[in-house]
Amino acid sequence: MTDDELIWRIAGGSGDGIDSTSQNFAKALMRSGLNVFTHRHYPSRIRGGHTYVEIRAKDEPVKSRGDNYNFLLALGDSFARNPQEEAYYGNEEIKPLSENLDELREGGVIVYDSGLLDASEIEDFDQRVEENDWHVYDLDLRGLAKEHGREVMRNTAGVGATAALLDMDLQYIEDLMEDAMSGDVLEANLQILEEAYESVNDDYEHTHDIRAPTGSTDDEQVLVSGSHGIAYGALDEGCRFISGYPMTPWTDVYTIMTQHLPEMGGISEQVEDEIAAASLAIGASHAGAKAMSGSSGGGFALMSEPLGLAEITETPIVLVEAMRAGPSTGMPTKPEQGDLEHVLYTSQGDSNRVVFAPGDPAECYEQTRKAFEIAYEYQIPAIVLYDQKLSGGHQTVPEDHFDEEPNPDIGSVVTEAELEEAVQEAGRFKRYMYDDEDSGFGGVSRRSIPGQKGGNFLASGNEHNEVGHISEDPNNRVVQMNRRMSKLDAIRDELAENADHQPVYGPEDAEYGILSFGSTKGVIEEAVDRLNDDGHSVKAMNVSDIMPFPKDDVTAFLESVDESLVVEMNASAQFRRHVQGQLGRFGEKLYSLLKYDGNPFEPEEVVSGFESRLGGEADLSQYNVRIESATGD
Amino acid sequence: MSAFNAIGEERDIDRDEFTPEIEPQATWCPGCGDFGVLKALKQAMPEVGRNPEETLLVTGIGCSGKLSSYFRSYGFHSIHGRSLPVARAAKMANPDLEVIAAGGDGDGYGIGGNHFMHTARENHDMTYIVFDNEIFGLTKGQTSPTSPKGHKSKTQPHGSAKQPIRPLSLALTSGASYVARTAAVNPNQAKEILTEAMEHDGFAHVDFLTQCPTWNKDAKQYVPYIDVQDSDDYDFDITDRGEASEMMQEAEDALYEGKVLTGRFYHDEDRPSYQQEKRNAGDMPEEPLAERYFDDDYEWERSYDLLDRHK
Repeated sequence: MTDDELIWRIAGGSGDGIDSTSQNFAKALMRSGLNVFTHRHYPSRIRGGHTYVEIRAKDEPVKSRGDNYNFLLALGDSFARNPQEEAYYGNEEIKPLSENLDELREGGVIVYDSGLLDASEIEDFDQRVEENDWHVYDLDLRGLAKEHGREVMRNTAGVGATAALLDMDLQYIEDLMEDAMSGDVLEANLQILEEAYESVNDDYEHTHDIRAPTGSTDDEQVLVSGSHGIAYGALDEGCRFISGYPMTPWTDVYTIMTQHLPEMGGISEQVEDEIAAASLAIGASHAGAKAMSGSSGGGFALMSEPLGLAEITETPIVLVEAMRAGPSTGMPTKPEQGDLEHVLYTSQGDSNRVVFAPGDPAECYEQTRKAFEIAYEYQIPAIVLYDQKLSGGHQTVPEDHFDEEPNPDIGSVVTEAELEEAVQEAGRFKRYMYDDEDSGFGGVSRRSIPGQKGGNFLASGNEHNEVGHISEDPNNRVVQMNRRMSKLDAIRDELAENADHQPVYGPEDAEYGILSFGSTKGVIEEAVDRLNDDGHSVKAMNVSDIMPFPKDDVTAFLESVDESLVVEMNASAQFRRHVQGQLGRFGEKLYSLLKYDGNPFEPEEVVSGFESRLGGEADLSQYNVRIESATGD
Repeated sequence: MSAFNAIGEERDIDRDEFTPEIEPQATWCPGCGDFGVLKALKQAMPEVGRNPEETLLVTGIGCSGKLSSYFRSYGFHSIHGRSLPVARAAKMANPDLEVIAAGGDGDGYGIGGNHFMHTARENHDMTYIVFDNEIFGLTKGQTSPTSPKGHKSKTQPHGSAKQPIRPLSLALTSGASYVARTAAVNPNQAKEILTEAMEHDGFAHVDFLTQCPTWNKDAKQYVPYIDVQDSDDYDFDITDRGEASEMMQEAEDALYEGKVLTGRFYHDEDRPSYQQEKRNAGDMPEEPLAERYFDDDYEWERSYDLLDRHK
């Protein structure tokens, strides 16, 4: 654990402005030339409850939330203010201070609002401060805010105090405030910011060592979440129709799309349920638009039926699945990777779908574009699988990552000119043609769009013949099944053509491996760096193509190592089972490191998990993680 | 140049164009009311002036769901109860299409009841035909949402304890701007009502009484019917919600006593369709979304231009 980084945690109650304050502060750090990674922790409540946002800033690339944190800004309000509210919220006045202490690093800084919180009410506070060499600054942020503006502006006072204690240039924060507000509100905020800054400098002796790192990133960076990556990837692929029903954390991507679609000439629909949502995407796509929908666990369960319908009617759609902890409604605001098998196997029959699992916001953008491309080229549903951590967590990405041309190509659609020459049967276009020579590529028969002359056909959820009429003819059944199922092999081949398609991180000849998928990517890369620095020999592969599975790449990776840890955020090792199921071997080489307490992995947990498996030297009892053998113990 | 040349093509349209080379008898029993729906629909299309390829018929599951097989147009045979969400999105993606959704009473009022309520409330510009035979046909005669109270079947051996759904009233209170009931035994009225429904700019709900000679043994169950517009006994203003509602209540109460009241029950020509409301709010483009993908000159906006807010 090094302190060449700042991990700033702002804690308070939901509704305290924690989110907007942290967004601005993260941007200020980015503008000073640092790389930034944010992590949101919040309860499933509108108001009250313990919430925090962590911002990790470093001169080097930041890939995870890091281990613990070193600067606490404890605001603390939005809790019970009167006896009636107390019954509902509980009396949690002290929580922003007490609840966050376990993860504060040695030598860390605490700034708390003495206008609302009383440290003397916390048992052992002074003792812990002394033991951990914490540096405590108690400021009446509430009083300061009240004096110059309104009480709610105490978060601004907290940011001013932070800037003073970290020796930061206030200009970055002031610029951002000027962008966001105006008039009296801006004046009051600026005044509070500066006064807090000065009063900390004037009235307090700075005893701590932590300062904001000096940034040197000169390329233009943007601060985006995984949900932004997905939404922007969809927009650049020409997606102009989205339908959804609100559900955490899927709501993030749905909201971003909805904010932009009308001005881009697109349509966003909020509908009655998730069955409708996915069905609308099918209807829009059938009529010739690029469409998407999505949900989270429970909502995605309702999409099981339309998912199969899209597959058998060969209607391209992209669905987003933003995982949260389950089963059922589980923990709505906490990340988990427990919907993997749900997404892979839901819907009846031998149904096929493509599944991508991006690992960071930049990959969210790329792989959503890829999902649209594949869905429309191969006429198959494609799913972008990510989780709550990636949904709301922001990360700096070079701006030019998004500097890509749009792709409005609608895929394997015939033109009217082609329809004039096309084979017809029984007065209808042979849309589901299975003649190898005419049917195109990879099991794909080309489709027509309603309104095209000479293209009428029936899209049916029942097994159907070449023009779409329902058919139970055994021979037709076999050819249609084979044709649809052969798409996955063709897609696997196409994806493999991309040279760095499942990249390996770390020394190529490493002795051990770590295998993962999705949002654990960054934390594992950090752990790999640390392990190699400590004399281990480790490399990692974060698999983003979940279905079709990149069998060759993963086989080569696992063959090249003695043993591999499979790291995932669920209790039943779903990804490890998927790997074994797809490859049919390697059971003796695989060990799972599992975490499912509602918090994402920290690098140290992965490091310790790895060491505990190899030599039994690390003690895992302090973490909520578990090691499990693939073959059973 | 348009990519959808079948749309708006001016020519004489023959109802036989809507007949694909496939026999309805494959599913429908002799004497089935569904033949009446198919016939009335084919007769209405030339009246509306729509050709098969600018028409999209979306159906659900069951005997009624097979309508899209026996009607030649672009078709989508979706899943039980889900014809409406598929249909309304297709209409939004390309409002120039004639979009018709169809399903049965189990499909439309049971499993798809939620979609029915919401599509009506939003007043999507489309026609919704519900084949109402008071029974589940294709699954062999179970009680449906419109089966009368006391109806006995294998799934309700002691007789249904439930009141039947009141489809007309439900459509009206949900917000449908056109509500009618017709019967397969009256093809002329059916044709006229379907024509009017398709020409209506908004959600047109047609409860289509279809006899089921196999599972609801009385094949003539909707005879004799009364056309409320033709009868001197019924005088009400179909543009007045209150009067329409009262008339619907009477028709729904009377149906199970053997008095079959059919006709137009409500018609609101002033309420803008959902598509129009969305356009007015700036939430939907004037041009069909679908056309844009075929237009090489269209300037696609890029997400790169949105990045300022992330700096």
